[in-house]
Amino acid sequence: MAAGDTSTLPRRELLGRASALAGLVVSFAPGMRLIDLAAAKPDGEAASAEVRWGMLVDTTRCVSGCDACVNACATEHGLEMTDRPEIDAQWIRKVDLIDEDSGKEISLPVMCQHCEDAPCVAVCPTGASFRREDGIVLVNQHTCIGCRYCMMACPYKARSFIHINLTGQRTHSPRGKGTVESCTFCVHRVDRDREPACVEACTAAGHQALLFGDLSDNEGELAQRLGEVQTQQLRSDLGTNPGVHYHGL
Amino acid sequence: MGSVWRLLPLIMLTGVLPWSVIADEPIFPRARGERCVEPVGVMRRAHFEFLNHQGQQTVERGIRIGRHSLAGCVGCHAARDQNADWVPVSAPGQFCDSCHSYAAVRIDCFSCHRAVPEADRAMGN
Repeated sequence: MAAGDTSTLPRRELLGRASALAGLVVSFAPGMRLIDLAAAKPDGEAASAEVRWGMLVDTTRCVSGCDACVNACATEHGLEMTDRPEIDAQWIRKVDLIDEDSGKEISLPVMCQHCEDAPCVAVCPTGASFRREDGIVLVNQHTCIGCRYCMMACPYKARSFIHINLTGQRTHSPRGKGTVESCTFCVHRVDRDREPACVEACTAAGHQALLFGDLSDNEGELAQRLGEVQTQQLRSDLGTNPGVHYHGL
Repeated sequence: MGSVWRLLPLIMLTGVLPWSVIADEPIFPRARGERCVEPVGVMRRAHFEFLNHQGQQTVERGIRIGRHSLAGCVGCHAARDQNADWVPVSAPGQFCDSCHSYAAVRIDCFSCHRAVPEADRAMGN
């Protein structure tokens, strides 16, 4: 998703042109294509299982003390901090780790890992906790009853419960008392072909520790990078197959 | 109901009891858009089915087009007060509240959804 050499063209326009061209090349008839294009979906199309959104966190680039991603998330989703930190929403948090033997220090953001086999989805009694076709794990707050089983089940402590009445929510990020919430991978942006706010902020801060993209697109920057560097998933022993991968742990 | 007696001759002549006499109709601020996305009668009856359907499409499947978005309703129907500040559509006497109070149906949308327009409307909902 990084702009790269194509920064002069808006990505949507570029994709539009690319897909128009590809459509010419490989189409027999309207609506028929030999090869499915690895492009972001148009607004009017449903999220597709052809795509699996994921992220690579490069902890060698992540800077201790920098919380640009956390702040960007809070602004994007209208997460306001209260004077009771124990009830504040944490969609993304910065964690600093020290290896006691070597003294090596690393800093990394932890957010919803968007698991393929998500424990939060498995335990939800109403189906409110669900995984979209394209791999993004969400809470449907229309059906969430606030039981918080998902919060107990999540190995990453990625979810928050809203304890108080809220006002001033953002239009694209409805949230309300009595429901559970977590990182949405900025699904409202992704559906419109934009990067999550944390990724944008990390790049703007000059760190480029976060790379967002389609894990199923072998030609894509994310999959390419995952092929080049050694990465780990958090608690991979649990077999949840997170969409978020970490380099340098 | 006192006015019914004043209108009695008219009612006897026409056999019709004017609706506005039976009860005060909800009064709410004028919408800003040119016209609603559906005919008014359809909207009055089915707005929640539209909203529910589009909400599901958006949340579960990520389909973000369609003209029945709650953000769209708020965009046209929110009014400004004398200080030019937005008034929530769910506030007393405003678009949503006026009918819902009249019909005694509680609205639950705005405990989560924003009830006033946002500058960045491009993101939609």
